Amino acid sequence: MSAVLQTALPQTGSKPTTRTKIKVNDLNFYYGSFHALKHVNLEIPEGKVTAFIGPSGCGKSTLLRTFNRIYTLYPHQGARGEILIDGENVLSPKQDVNRLRAKVGMVFQKPTPFPMSIFDNIAFGVNLYESLSGRAMEERVEWALRKAALWEEVRDKLRQSGMSLSGGQQQRLCIARGIAVKPEILLLDEPASALDPISTARIEELVQELKNDYTIVIVTHNMQQAARVSDFTAYMYLGELMEFGVTDEIFIKPKRKETEDYITGRFG
Amino acid sequence: MSIEPNAEQPLPKANRMNAMAGPIAATGQQSASTETMTSVPDHLLQKHRRLDRMFELATKFFALLVLAVLAAIILSLFVGSLPAMKKFGFEFLVNTEWNPVTEQFSALAPMVGTLLTSLIALLIGIPVSFGIAMFLTEMSPPWMRRPLGTAIELLAAVPSIIYGMWGLFVFAPVFSEYVQPLLTNVLGPLPLIGALFRGPPIGIGVLSAGIILAIMVIPFITAVTRDVFEIVPSVLKESAYALGSTTWEVVWNIVLPYTKTGVVGGIMLGLGRALGETMAVTFVIGNAHKINVSLMMPGNSIASTLANEFTEAVGDLYTSALIELGLLLFIITFIVLSLSKLLLMQLSKQEGQKT
Repeated sequence: MSAVLQTALPQTGSKPTTRTKIKVNDLNFYYGSFHALKHVNLEIPEGKVTAFIGPSGCGKSTLLRTFNRIYTLYPHQGARGEILIDGENVLSPKQDVNRLRAKVGMVFQKPTPFPMSIFDNIAFGVNLYESLSGRAMEERVEWALRKAALWEEVRDKLRQSGMSLSGGQQQRLCIARGIAVKPEILLLDEPASALDPISTARIEELVQELKNDYTIVIVTHNMQQAARVSDFTAYMYLGELMEFGVTDEIFIKPKRKETEDYITGRFG
Repeated sequence: MSIEPNAEQPLPKANRMNAMAGPIAATGQQSASTETMTSVPDHLLQKHRRLDRMFELATKFFALLVLAVLAAIILSLFVGSLPAMKKFGFEFLVNTEWNPVTEQFSALAPMVGTLLTSLIALLIGIPVSFGIAMFLTEMSPPWMRRPLGTAIELLAAVPSIIYGMWGLFVFAPVFSEYVQPLLTNVLGPLPLIGALFRGPPIGIGVLSAGIILAIMVIPFITAVTRDVFEIVPSVLKESAYALGSTTWEVVWNIVLPYTKTGVVGGIMLGLGRALGETMAVTFVIGNAHKINVSLMMPGNSIASTLANEFTEAVGDLYTSALIELGLLLFIITFIVLSLSKLLLMQLSKQEGQKT
């Protein structure tokens, strides 16, 4: 049983080869006066899939949204503490958010195709950082669409509106858009919650393939999904990180009673 | 109560039936209550159907009334302008002469004035409105949103006569003293567009009218643009921000295409006001039936011509010429609206086919 061999991160570090990509130090988050995240400490390993699970309102999406500082769009939302990505504190005011977001891509709960063609949906993000020639851009778009397992379905209709695709295709388009800018980290905020089971399965397969190239953090309210796709799992409850470790361990023999209750469905 | 809970009949309905059949229920309770619960009396159903039918006819009548009024206006404009049409024919559209003494009338000067002032108004008004709407929805601190938004709406509520007075007594002197000399000096020497800005700094003229119109259309365009910007789903904007876009890139590439129908609608609303605006333009445009290259020179618009000369119009031909001007204004507005529809169709083609 490999799960037994791998002792839980972050205390000991299971595999010496696995670097920490995101290190969260004593993170607190506030929606106005509401204290949404309480003293979160976490180390997310590079090149793995880490899942955040927990009941609604536990702060798992909030935590995800601090990694690319998307919360700064809204006044009255604030984070205190440290988030080190490759050793750099991204919460520091000196951090350029646009550069951060080029490095940390995000896919949302609902598919959000931009009101433009499929091709332009992908090219939009690339154009923000690189000026590619027409040919190179075509190659990049094809590469991203292939990565997202969407190329075969849309290769003949790249000029059609992104909104003409089905929900599952739209979500894969959003993933393609996210990886087209070649980020290092992909944040997935319940990426399959609005999709049917077949589309969900395709997204999950995709996550498995993408983890070779990217560090993936996925928020999900579906525990089976977390068990299927993730290498590491963090269980959160009421703004606190209750338990974090190798997914198999969390699901087979959680250390804490609360985690076990949630996972076995006795609560939540 | 004597009503038994009945599986077939939902209770609220039964209660309502009892209320309707009030007197009966009050006197002969036991027998009546069971009867009324089984079915609605026919005469009540018929009455409801009749009322419904009347309601439908009434709404249809009002809807058709709009068409009838529109047709009546077009017809009366057309009939009223027949004498002028017969006299001047097509010449009316291409000549600039306007002489009540010799009864020579033509429409080119006011038509050009109308289009030119509206164009200036949009050239100034659209970017400013876009900026205000962008600030209000994307960048403004929350405490500023409401007061600023309300101020914009109040600006829309100011009667046009006040803009006219303000334009003539406050704006025009300042404009002629400080702005016009500057424009003449800076832009005047330029080739091509320089000629537009050479002229006497008299404060009133086509440019002044255009600027006053711009101030008048900004609240309209801003209010509509802000409203449609606000309906853009925040998750759509977030996903663009999450790619690392700046606020400008998000608004220009995502928000604007998403809301283009509404934005064009707002611009059309402003353009409609600019084309038809009468009082404010009459105050500051100078009222001269001439076409000048220079925007500093006095000109005329259709609406201001009508407002100025209707009281003086003696003789059928003079009146008829003015009515024909009115008809032309109507047609111009119609053409502009149609063009905007075409523009929208073109825009949605660019965005890619939706299947």
